[in-house]
Amino acid sequence: MSAEVIHTARTLSDHLPVLIIVIPFLSAPLTVLIGSRRLAWPIAFGATLSSFVISVLLLLRVLDTGVISYAIGGWLPPVGIEYRIDAANAFVLLLVSAIGTIVLPYTIQSIKAEIPERHHTLFYTMYLLCFTGLLGVVVTGDAFNVFVFLEVSSLSTYVLVAMGARTDKRALTAAYDYLVMGTTGATFFVIGIGFIYAATGTLNMADIARYIQIHGTNRTLETAFAFIMVGMGLKAAVYPLHLWLPNAYTYAPSAVTSFIAGTATKVAIYVLMRFMFTIFQPDFPFEIHAIRWIMVPLAVLAMFAASLIAAFQRDFKRMLAYSSIAQIGYILLGIGLLSKTGLTAAIVHLFNHGITKTALFMGVGALVLRGGSSFYAKIEGMGKVMPFTSFAIVIAGLSLIGVPGTAGFISKWVLVQAAIELGYWPLALAVVGSSLLAIIYVWRVIETLYMKQPADGWVRQEAPLTMLVPLWIMAGATIWFGIDTELTMTAARTAADGLLHGFMAGGQ
Amino acid sequence: MDTNTAILLTMLIPAAAAIGNLLLRNHANLRDSMTLGAAFATFATVLVILTNVGNSTTEAFSLLTVFPGLDIAFNVEPLGLMFAIIASGLWILTHIYGVGYMRGNNEDNHSRFFASFSLAIGAVMGLAFSANMFTLFLFYEMLTLSTYPLVAHKGTPEAIRGARTYLGILMGTSIGLLLVAVIWTYTITGTLDFTQGGILRGHIAGPMVALLLGLYAFGIGKAALMPFHRWLPAAMVAPTPVSALLHAVAVVKAGVFTMLKVGIYIFGIDFLADTGASEWLMWVAAYTIIAASIVAMTKDNLKARLAYSTISQLSYITLGMALATSMGALGGGMHIAMHAMGKITLFMCAGSIYVATHKTNISQMNGLGRIMPITYGAFLIGSLSIIGLPPLGGSWSKWLLIVGAADAGQQVMIAVLMLSSLLNVAYLLSIVGKGVFWPAKAGEATQIKESPTLVWLPPAITAFGCVLLFFYATDIRDFLMPIVTASR
Repeated sequence: MSAEVIHTARTLSDHLPVLIIVIPFLSAPLTVLIGSRRLAWPIAFGATLSSFVISVLLLLRVLDTGVISYAIGGWLPPVGIEYRIDAANAFVLLLVSAIGTIVLPYTIQSIKAEIPERHHTLFYTMYLLCFTGLLGVVVTGDAFNVFVFLEVSSLSTYVLVAMGARTDKRALTAAYDYLVMGTTGATFFVIGIGFIYAATGTLNMADIARYIQIHGTNRTLETAFAFIMVGMGLKAAVYPLHLWLPNAYTYAPSAVTSFIAGTATKVAIYVLMRFMFTIFQPDFPFEIHAIRWIMVPLAVLAMFAASLIAAFQRDFKRMLAYSSIAQIGYILLGIGLLSKTGLTAAIVHLFNHGITKTALFMGVGALVLRGGSSFYAKIEGMGKVMPFTSFAIVIAGLSLIGVPGTAGFISKWVLVQAAIELGYWPLALAVVGSSLLAIIYVWRVIETLYMKQPADGWVRQEAPLTMLVPLWIMAGATIWFGIDTELTMTAARTAADGLLHGFMAGGQ
Repeated sequence: MDTNTAILLTMLIPAAAAIGNLLLRNHANLRDSMTLGAAFATFATVLVILTNVGNSTTEAFSLLTVFPGLDIAFNVEPLGLMFAIIASGLWILTHIYGVGYMRGNNEDNHSRFFASFSLAIGAVMGLAFSANMFTLFLFYEMLTLSTYPLVAHKGTPEAIRGARTYLGILMGTSIGLLLVAVIWTYTITGTLDFTQGGILRGHIAGPMVALLLGLYAFGIGKAALMPFHRWLPAAMVAPTPVSALLHAVAVVKAGVFTMLKVGIYIFGIDFLADTGASEWLMWVAAYTIIAASIVAMTKDNLKARLAYSTISQLSYITLGMALATSMGALGGGMHIAMHAMGKITLFMCAGSIYVATHKTNISQMNGLGRIMPITYGAFLIGSLSIIGLPPLGGSWSKWLLIVGAADAGQQVMIAVLMLSSLLNVAYLLSIVGKGVFWPAKAGEATQIKESPTLVWLPPAITAFGCVLLFFYATDIRDFLMPIVTASR
C-alpha cells in the first residue's frame, strides 16, 4: 500500500466506499431520534437513494480503473479495516442498493395494510439497518467485519420478518426459526474466522489470501473453510440448509420479502464466492473436492427438488420462496463449474434473479393488498381485477422460466454455455430440464390469474401507484437486462475475472 | 421506404395494433377496422420489401448486440420473405373472417383475442426476417406465448387443458432441446448467423452431427415431428380463425420454416448430404407423414382431422430438408406456400360450417354440401391442392419433393409421398363426398343457410389462390432459387 496516498487531502469522491455505509447507518438512528412517522420515509429514501448513486459511481470507477482500496480511519490494512471494492462487490452493491431504493416507495402503502401504525417508524429504522448490514458485508475487505455487518443485517431481518405478525401470527415462529438457524450459521461463520485468525494471524482478506498462497493450507484452515461454507450456506439457503427460508419469506410483510428475497441470500452467496475464490484458492484439493462432490450435487438437487416442491404449492408467496431455493441452485452450479464462463453465469444470475424475484414478490404484495391473501384460491381471476399488476407478474414469471428477451434467459444461456464448454452434458440438460419445472409452477399462477373468474362483486381496482410504479420498474428491468446485457455481462465478466485471478495465479 | 425501416415496421405495426386493440376494447367497430388497416399496412410493407429486393437498400442490419457475436439482427432472404408475404397476406383475409366468426358465434373477450392475434403476427414477421438463430429463437418463443391466450380463449376446462398441452410441448421442446442445440452451435462455432452453405462444417463431425440435428429437429416442436405432435390437435380447441391462420399457417409454418433455415443455413445442405446425418430424420419424417395420415382417417371431428393432416403435411417439408438435395429443399420451401393456401381454405371452410350449423363432427355433416355450395366448393379445391392434383398449387411442391427424393436416390420416399397422396384422397374427399352425395337429415335443408358473407368469402378467395399458385409456381421457384444456388 502506498503510504503517501493516505496522508494527502482527499476529496469527497475518495470517501465514496465508506459513505455508502455511513449514510444509511447514521440515518437509521436518526429516524428513531426524530420519531416522526412522516419524516421516517423521506430520511430512509434519501439514504438508500444516495447509497444507490454511490454504488453506480463505484461500479463505473471499478470497471474503469480497477480495484479500489479504502482504509477506514486512515489505519492501513492489514491492521486497520479495509474496504476493498472490485467488480464483483461493486456489482452486488449496485443490486442491493438498487433493490433497497426501489422497494422503499412500495413500502408506503404495503406496510400501511400489513404493519401496525405505531411500528412504522421502527420499520424504516430496521429497514435501513438491514440495508446497511447487507452493503457492509459486501463492501468490506476484512473477514471479521463481514461477520459484524452480517449480524447487523440478520438481526434487523429477524425483526422485519416478525413484523408480519399482524396479518399472520405464524410470522413470529418463522422469525424465530430464522433467528435460530441464522444465528447457528453466523456462529459457524465466526468459528471459521477464528480458525483463520489462529492459523494466519490476520483478518484482512487480501492478507489471508497472501498467507495461504505462500504457506499453503493446513488442517486448521481446511476446518475453517468447512465452517465458513456451512455457516454461509445456511445464510444463503443452500439446499438442504434452506429450512428457514420458505416460512420467513411467506409470513414476512410483502415489502420485507420483496427486499430480502432479492438481496439477503445474494449477499451470502457473494461472501461464499469471496471466500472460495479470493481467500482460499480453489486449487487445493480439499476445496475442489468440496465443490465437486458436495456443492454441485446439492445445486442440482436444489434445482429439481425445490422446483418440484414449488410446483405443488397452493400459496403464491410460498411457491416463490421454493423457487428461490431452486434458483440459488443455478447460481451455485455456476460457481461449481469453476470456469470463467461458469462464474460469469453465477454472478449474472445473482443479479438477474435478484431483480426478477423482487418484481414477483412486489406483484404478490399488490395482489395481497386487494385479495387479502396470496393463496391461489384468493387470487383467481385477478388478471381482470388488476390488469397491470398481473401483467407485470407475467413478465417477471417469464423471466423466472428463462424465456428469451428476459433477464432470466441471459443467465440460463451463459450457464448452459459454461456447462457445454466443459463438456458437462448432464449438467447442461439438468439446467434446461429444471427450467421445464419452472414453466409448470409459473404457469399455474398465470392460469390462476387469467383463466379463472374473479369472485363475485370484484370491480377493476388497481394497486396504488406507489406500488405499481416500483413493480413496473423491476418488471421493466427484467426485460431491459434481457435485451441489453452490456452492463450486466461486462460487470459479471470482469467480476469473474477478478475472482478467478487468484485461482489462475495459484497455478493450475 | 428503405428495407430496414420496412422490416421494423412489419413488426411494429402488428404490435401497435395489439396495443390499439386493448385500448379500444369498448369500440368494437373502430377496433376491428383499425386492425384491418394494420393488416393491410403490414402486407403493404412486406410488398415494399419485396420490391426493394435487389436494390441497394436491401441489407442485413443489427438492432442491438446482446452478447458479443450475438445480435438481434434482421435481413431479407427469399424463404423468409415468402413466409412473410404469406402470413401477412393471409392475415387480411383471416381478420375479415375472424371478425365475422367471432361475432357470428358471440365469443367473448374480442379485444384480448385480436390483440394476441396481432402480436402473434408481429412475432411471425420478426421470425421471418431473422438474420441469425438467436433472433429467430427469440421470436419463436414470443410466438408460442402470444398464441397461448388464443388457444385458451374459451376458458373452459377443456380449453385450459388443451392450452396446457400446447404450451407444455412447445416450450418444453424449445427450451429443453432447441435451446441446447442453439447454445451448442454457438459454443463450437462462435456465431449463429444464417450463412449460405452452413456454419457447422469443420466444427463438428461424426455421429455428433446427427445428434445435433436431432436436438434441432425435435426441438423445433412447431414442426410437429412425431412424437412431439400432440400440441397441434390440442390447439384445435381455439376458435377457428386461430386454427386457420395460426395452426395451419403461421405457427406450424414457423416450425418448418425454422427447420429449413437450420438445414440450409446452419448445417448446409451439402454438409448434411456429405455426412449423411439427416438420413434418420428422413425416416422419422416419412413415418410422421404416413402415421398422421392414418390417424387423420380415424378422426370424426373435422378440425382434429385437419390437424392430423397438417402434421402429415408439415413432415413433407421436414422431409424435403432431410433429403439433403437442392430440389428437396426447394420443394420443401415451396410447400410452405402451397400447403398454407390449401390448409387455410380447409380450416376456414370448417369454421364456416360451424358458424352455419354449429356442427363439428364429420358424421353429422351429411348432405351439407348441397346447402352450402360455396363452402363445399372451396373445400373441394383446397383438398385437391393438398392432395397434389393439377391444376392446383400443391401439385408443384409435391413434384419437386419427388424429384428431390429421386436425386437423393431414395425411391422409398417417392413411394411414401405417393401413398400419402392416396391417404389424403381418402380422408379429405370423403368429407366432400358425404356432403354432396349423402342425403341431409330431414328438415336441415330448410333450417340451414350458407354462412354469412364475411365467413364464406375468405375461403373462396384462398381457394382461388390455390388455382392461381399453380400458374405462378415457376415464379416462386425462381424466387426461392437463391437459397440453394450455393449448393450444387
